[in-house]
Amino acid sequence: MNRRVLLIEDEPNITEAIRFLLTRDGWQVVTHADGSDAVEVISNENPDLVILDLMLPGKSGMEILRELRELEGMEKLPVLMLTARGQSRDREMAEKAGVSRFMTKPFSNAEVLTAVRDLHAQATQL
Amino acid sequence: MSRDTLTGSRIRERRLIAGLRQSDLARDVGISASYLNLIEHNRRRIGGKLLVDIAAVLGVEPSMLTEGAEAALIATLREAAVDAGAVAAEVSRVDEFAGRFPGWAEVLAKEHRRVASLERTVETLSDRLTHDPHLAASLHEVLSTAASIRSTSSILAEPGELEAEWRDRFHRNLDQDAERLAESSKALVNYLDESETSEERRGVPLEEVEAFVAANGYHFEALETGAPVPEAMTQGLTQGAARKIGQDLLSQYAVDAKVMPIADIQKALSKHGMDPIALSRVFRTDLPSVFRRLASLPPEILSYEVGLVVCDASGSILFRKPLVGFALPRHGEACPLWPLFTALSRPLVPIRRRVAQLGRTAAEFDCLAVAWPQDMPEFDRDPVYRSIMLILPVASAETGQSDAQLVGSSCRICPRDICGARREPSILSEGF
Repeated sequence: MNRRVLLIEDEPNITEAIRFLLTRDGWQVVTHADGSDAVEVISNENPDLVILDLMLPGKSGMEILRELRELEGMEKLPVLMLTARGQSRDREMAEKAGVSRFMTKPFSNAEVLTAVRDLHAQATQL
Repeated sequence: MSRDTLTGSRIRERRLIAGLRQSDLARDVGISASYLNLIEHNRRRIGGKLLVDIAAVLGVEPSMLTEGAEAALIATLREAAVDAGAVAAEVSRVDEFAGRFPGWAEVLAKEHRRVASLERTVETLSDRLTHDPHLAASLHEVLSTAASIRSTSSILAEPGELEAEWRDRFHRNLDQDAERLAESSKALVNYLDESETSEERRGVPLEEVEAFVAANGYHFEALETGAPVPEAMTQGLTQGAARKIGQDLLSQYAVDAKVMPIADIQKALSKHGMDPIALSRVFRTDLPSVFRRLASLPPEILSYEVGLVVCDASGSILFRKPLVGFALPRHGEACPLWPLFTALSRPLVPIRRRVAQLGRTAAEFDCLAVAWPQDMPEFDRDPVYRSIMLILPVASAETGQSDAQLVGSSCRICPRDICGARREPSILSEGF
């Protein structure tokens, strides 16, 4: 069965590039571009891993992450957060909210791939 | 080797830079080549007409060749050595370095000045990035587009064939993103350019008021009589809140001017010097009023610049009059070690501290601060304090004579790692 990743990102061209990369790496990629119903989408899709942009329309990635961690069964779901804001306070807030990894834009494709593979490997070892 | 013995070395270097042979220069100034050779190797002292003639042929000021000509350069080189920290520069031989290799010394000094300038830019941008939502959004747009371009172009650059459909799609995306990046970069540059000059881009009302007061040189001749402030004076402010703040500030100015008329304060300054306590006694007024008045005096009354900062009990900066060398963050979040904040913990107790601000200039300042209750006291009501700090420059001859307290500007751009007052890591320690 394919590993499933849910990519929540409102920049269509970033979405397209990441979707291509991960699909080629054997992932089944589901995409979503709106923050307001992102928590429901994650619950319904039940992915192996989530890539979450910090600045989304409707609801911020930080809020989505906090709400997600409150849900039963979602405490350990690997979440890779992408952001153009690399400030230390954002990183600290994301860590407090339960992010699995924090990555600042512009990232390299190799960084994304490595992070996704590592996070998935760690999650399956638990 | 001391500086005054290196005039010959400088002549030699300047001659080589000018592309002249020793014999040519010697002939032009009417001496023998062998004598010039002795001069250039610092075996003969030189001065007077011969020095002037040589300087004229070399196309430089005579002072460039003599002692003191490189004072600024040498000071910059020393500063560069100090800033380099652990690097073991031969500071004791800086005169010799500047004398023997003036070109390289200039390069080093120029690079040092450039680094200092860039650090100031980082400081300003970092401050604005934290507090300016428009700038943060613009940078987010630029970085997101850059992320997309980087990711897409990496895929296209990979070896091997890419399916035609994907390739075409990525080319289209790249084209869109390139256009978007061009637009967002242009918008960002325009914003940064405009924000330095435009009246419309004053951000918060306090900034607009500060810009207004600064544009008037912190001095309002029309209010020197103590007359009420005409509303027209603040009509140029675009925001209603700014007009209200400006009106309050000018009303306070008028009151201070009435209590301390300019002719009287000039006399008092002549008699007592820069002694706010004495001035406070002379005019029977409080220290905050004296501080404000001193910061509003024109150059013909007070020959040097002074800085002023006012904050409320939360530490929010309410007013700033900058002073060169003492960096004041634009939006508060200043260094908690400033006497301005110390005064809040000891209301009504005047505090005087010699401070040196960490960073490039490392100049010393005398900071005089006092916190005072903003309103009249009432029974069973806690007073609300404000604090004010007058920043006085310290003559360079006086610096280093006493232990100055080291303070920063704000944590984000403070290089001091170990500090009990630190709120957040410094971006300077993160590779900037």
